[in-house]
Parts: sequence; C-alpha cells; structure tokens
Amino acid sequence: MGRLTFPGGIHTYDGKELSMDKPTVVLLPKGDLVFPLSQHIGAPAKVVVAKGDQVLVGQKLGEATGFVSAHIISSVSGTVKEIGKRLTVQGNLVESVVVENDNEYRTIDGFGDDRDVGKLTKEEIRNFVKEAGIVGLGGAGFPTHVKLSPKDDSKIDYVIVNGAECEPYLTSDYRMMLEEPEKIVGGLKIILKLFEQAKGIIAIEDNKPAAIQKLRELTAGEPGIEVVALKTKYPQGGERQLVYATTGRKLNSKKLPADVGCVVDNVDTVISIYMAVAKSTPLIRRIITVSGDAVKVPQNYNVAIGTCYGELLEAAGGFVDRPEKMISGGPMMGVAMYNTSVPVTKVSSAFLGILKDKAAVEEAPCIRCGKCIRVCPLQLMPFELAALSNRNAEEEFIRRDGMECCGCGCCSYICPAKRSLSQSIMQARASVLAKKKKA
Amino acid sequence: MSDLFHVSAAPHNRSTVTTKGIMRDVMIALLPAGLFGIFNFGIHALMVMAVTVLACVLTEYFFCRMMKKPSTVGDYSAVVTGILLAFNVPASLPLWMAALGGIFAILIVKMLFGGIGQNFMNPALAARAFLLISFPVRMTDFAVGKVTQTADYIQKGSVAIDGISGATPLAALKAGEAVDLLKMFIGQTGGTIGETSAIAILIGAAYLVVRKVISLRIPLAYIITVAVFVMIFGGQGFDTTYMLAHVLGGGLLLGAFFMATDYVTSPITASGQIIFGICCGLLTGLFRLLSGTAEGVSYAIIFCNLLVPLIDKATRQRSFGKERVVSEK
Repeated sequence: MGRLTFPGGIHTYDGKELSMDKPTVVLLPKGDLVFPLSQHIGAPAKVVVAKGDQVLVGQKLGEATGFVSAHIISSVSGTVKEIGKRLTVQGNLVESVVVENDNEYRTIDGFGDDRDVGKLTKEEIRNFVKEAGIVGLGGAGFPTHVKLSPKDDSKIDYVIVNGAECEPYLTSDYRMMLEEPEKIVGGLKIILKLFEQAKGIIAIEDNKPAAIQKLRELTAGEPGIEVVALKTKYPQGGERQLVYATTGRKLNSKKLPADVGCVVDNVDTVISIYMAVAKSTPLIRRIITVSGDAVKVPQNYNVAIGTCYGELLEAAGGFVDRPEKMISGGPMMGVAMYNTSVPVTKVSSAFLGILKDKAAVEEAPCIRCGKCIRVCPLQLMPFELAALSNRNAEEEFIRRDGMECCGCGCCSYICPAKRSLSQSIMQARASVLAKKKKA
Repeated sequence: MSDLFHVSAAPHNRSTVTTKGIMRDVMIALLPAGLFGIFNFGIHALMVMAVTVLACVLTEYFFCRMMKKPSTVGDYSAVVTGILLAFNVPASLPLWMAALGGIFAILIVKMLFGGIGQNFMNPALAARAFLLISFPVRMTDFAVGKVTQTADYIQKGSVAIDGISGATPLAALKAGEAVDLLKMFIGQTGGTIGETSAIAILIGAAYLVVRKVISLRIPLAYIITVAVFVMIFGGQGFDTTYMLAHVLGGGLLLGAFFMATDYVTSPITASGQIIFGICCGLLTGLFRLLSGTAEGVSYAIIFCNLLVPLIDKATRQRSFGKERVVSEK
C-alpha cells in the first residue's frame, strides 16, 4: 500500500464548488460536427468515408493506422460535408471529417446491444475496446487498447482507476462517479478479467467524500476492489504520482505503469470501456465542465464528440463579462484558446472562462528561494532546468533529467518571481523530442 | 488591453506569493528587533537605520538608471539589506560610515554582480566586514546607554551617547567575566543595533517560519552546531550558562535566522541547507574560541556563502523514480 500522497505538489483554489453539485445535462449538437483525425497520442487515423457519404451514429469515420492509434467514430448521423483541415483547440489545423447532422441519430446495427461479459474472451474484450476508439480520457489520449495489452498479463497486480481529478474547476469525473458509479465498477471488473492476478483500486481525492462513499457502498461486496481516499493535492491525478500514492512504486518517464505491474485508467475511460464491452457503445460522447468566474451558469454537459465549443458556451448562458482568458482543460495544464469555433475531442475535459488572467505577470529575476524544488512532484530542480532551456543547453538539460518533467506547472505556479519555469522546461523538452524524432 | 483573448502556455494559474511579498514579510519580521534597538540605544539607532536603508535604496535606484535598466527597488530587497546592515553595526556609528556601508553593500556586492539573485555573498554582512576592516575602532564601539538628550542630539547633529562604551556579553565571556543570561535574552546588553535582544529576534523568526518564508533547517543546524561546538571545545565542560551565553550572545540568532537564511546566498536543496548550517556553526565556534575577537558570525556566514555552489553541487537531489543521482560534469 502506498502513502496516499506524493512528494511535492501544491494546494490552490480549486473552483470546484461552481459546478460540482449540478447534475450533468445532455446537450444535443446544433451545428456541423467536426472530427479531427488525430485526437490521441500515436498515428493519426486514416479517413474511410468520402464527401457526400451518409454516416450513422457509431460508424467509423477514420480507421486506426498501426497499433498505437485509434479509430475516429461518428457521434451523429448525417452527411459527410467535407474532409479537410480544421482549426483545433491547440490552435493548429488538423485533417478532419465534417459531418452535417440530420438530427435523427440513426445508429449502426448492433449499437447499444447488451453483451454477456462473462462469456467474452480476453481477445474479444481488447478488440471491443479498440473498435470503440477509446483513448485515455484523463487528458493524454493514449490509446486504451495499448494500455490493456502489456507484455505479460500475469505481471499486472494493480488496476488503478484514477478518480483524483486534481485540476482546479474540473468536476466532470466527480459527476460521473456520482451519476454512473455502476458503470465504473462494471468497467473495472471487465479490466480485471484481463488481469486475473490484479487487485482493483479506485483512487479518489478526499475532497470528494460523496463519490468515495458511493463507490465504497457499491464495492462493499467485492473483495478484489478497494476504494482509497487520497490526500487532496495537485497533481495527485498525474500517473506517476497516483501509482506512487496507491502502491508506493516509483516510475520515471522511461517506464510505463505496466513496468511496475500497474494499469491506470481515468474513471471516464473505465466507463467508456464498460459501454464499449457490455453495451456495444463506442466512445462518442464527452462530459465537459463549463466553468470559471466569467461563465454565467457553470455546469457539466454530456456532449457529442465533434460539437463546437461555442455551443457549450451558449448553453451555459455565455459570459457575464468578457474573460481575459479562455481555457480548454484545467488552469494548470489546459490550453489557452482564442477562438471557440473548435470541436470537442476525445481529450477535451473542460471549457473555462477566466475574468482575470493570473498568468499575465511580469517576470522578475530568480531569488533562489527553492520553492520550485520543493513543489516539483518529480523532485527536479526547475529553476536550473529553465535556465538551461533559456540558453539552449540541451545536452546539459537532458543530463539533469529535464526530460523527466511532466509539465504539471507547479513550479511556475509557486514562483514568487513569476518566472515561466514550466513553460521554459516544456519548450526544451519539446525541442529535444522533435530532434530525436528527426534523427 | 486589446479585445484579444490572452493566449499563453500552461499553467494559467499563479500563486499570490511574490518577491515583494517575501521581502515585506522579512521587513515585518525585523520590526521587533529594530524597535528594541531604538529602545535600547536611542534615537541614533533609528538614524543609522534610516541612513543605511536610504543609501541602499538610492544606490540601487541610481545604478539601475545609469545602466538604463528598469529599476528594481520596488522589490524591497534593498530595504531589507539596509535594515540588516544597520542591525550589524553599533548605534554609535557615524552616519557617513553607515551610508558608505550601504553603498558598498548594494553597489559592490549586489549590483556589480548582476543585481538581485546574483550576489554571491550576503550584501549586508559583506558591508559589515568592509566597515570593520576600514573603521575597526568605530565598528567595535558598543555603547550600552541611550542618547540621553534627544534635543541635544538634534542640535549638535552628532553622536552624543551618554553611557559606558561597554564590552559585549561575548567579550565579557571571553575575558572570563560573568554574564547575565536574562539581560541577554531581553537584550539589555551592548552590541550592534539589531543583535542584542534574543526575544525580539525570535518573535520575528517565528513570524517568518509561520509565513513559510524560511525553514528551520539552516537556523537550527547552525545554532545546535555552535552549542555543541562550544560545549566540547569551550573548556567549560557541560556548563549550560556558558553554552546559552554563546547562543544568545553576539550575532548568532540574528545571523542564523535572518542572514544565513538569505535565499540567494544559501544552498537551495534541503540537505544542502543543513550542511550549510553546520558549516556556519563550525566556523562561528572556531572564530569565537580561537580568534582574537569574541565575534564570528558574520565572517562565518560570508565565508560559507562562498561554499554554496559547492554544497549545491554535492547535494543535487535525485529525481523521482531514478536510480542514481546524475553527477555533475
């Protein structure tokens, strides 16, 4: 058993009270839906439809290319209006399939059919997960079928469901734990079928007592599943922090959780696995937290993947005042947006409108206070790595473990001189990775 | 601002802690010792403080202007340096010497090496050492009494301290005389402006610890090392009065809590800070017992400031999940 926490980390205003007590609302898309072919880590999917084709809910628009890739699946029925480059949250243009919604939601054959999970083989389960286009919904978007296929199934002794949701403002996972806990337990049981030796752990931060209680009640008769309450601290939901907090095992950037006998999946990923395997429903929806002090009615929405962010904002009543910053995702690791005409993807988790941009600050010289070192969950020396990045000393940057950085942003958050430490480090990291890719 | 939305790389969240806020906390923490200094030594102590602060701030301001750089006086670090310098000089110091010390601290030790965050040595202590070498007599003239007639002082505009130019408790201790621990704890003894009152320093230090501006690693390692060192090598055996006199006397508490903890000139890793505290303690003990003077704190700290890069190098922390410490080239 681990220590239920990890070294370093920060405590910050979490803004969860804005949306945590409101039930999730289903939001039907109005306009066209846009499906970028790359919504995951790995190779982009290959288009399998043509302009003018009729598509159904659950139909493949793009097919995975290679093992580390994922299918792109239509969330509505209608006509393929166009295939071409579209703006995404990240601000770049990505090859996408645009579907004109006919609002009839006609589905493919067998969509939503119940399956008897007990009769499925491991092979079939993995295949259903792959066919459903499931990727890690915690934010990284790593294809889930790859995670569920380690070299040796018997070496996995923990399956950890990540319900930490440590990013401020985000409450979508919390709502799912309250609203669809049976699916989480069902999904976890499906994963445990793949790894007979493993114990199931549902890990939740202790600022969500209602979710902990609910899942404890549901798993009371399950000896193989334990619900653990983690100490609330950002970034508790980070994979390496979570594995350490629950099992005491340490991972570095070169290792995968499977290397230390763990499989980690976000709660919503587990729900998606359940839906894909037991209910024949691929990943076509996302739960999105629309929140922030600039948003009129903060709320969680259940939306079709491909829906425009602008429709979310409209549903939430728009802005009370013009925000300085709009963020897709949380304030710690999310992406700043300049345009709401971008589609919700598999890895979208939130849309935030923030009146006062806290990051709009002047940098002052480093005073060597050491706070960045003490909050770094990976025990790096951020001030030093940032300085190396700023002078392009990439070799030294690598030698001092700069590549270990997970980009959690704690160092930038805590810095009294307001230095963009995490940003500098991530920049050097990206540059090194790009060079490696080229070589 | 324009109508555009802000776009920047994550994180979009920043804490409210600022360099200025930290310096403000240090200033607040120095307040009790400063007030006691004025109470103990009279109005001239206040004048010395005002002059050193003014000299530090103006030096930094004009240096920035001359170098055509944005002024950095707004971060209050020069104010802190000024106060600390005043705390480390006798109340009877002529004001022009105090001003010279302030200019030396900021111009030579801080700005010429790149300003805030770049100085390799504590500016206030380096300036004290400079003054001590330049004006040994005035720098060791520790008056115990107050300026008796403020009016008289204002009229003449010069130092008129009525009282005995007494020895500090440590000097008395070295000479084998008895010391009054209670007086030392309260601060009714001779010494520099800010060092005499243990209780005032401890109140300020407690504030800094509560506000998480400093950790106890350096001060505790420092003070415990000195205590153990004088117990072993002081030749007085396990004499607690002797040991406590060393802890309360001289600039140890002021140095341990306010000077050795200076971010810029102390190690950045937790283990490095403990090593640094021990080094300061060993040197202080050595200087106090073996050197010609009774004091040793300021020289010990500025010498250990020079060891910081080495200590930092030796105590690099292992990154999470890595087997070995990555060695330095």
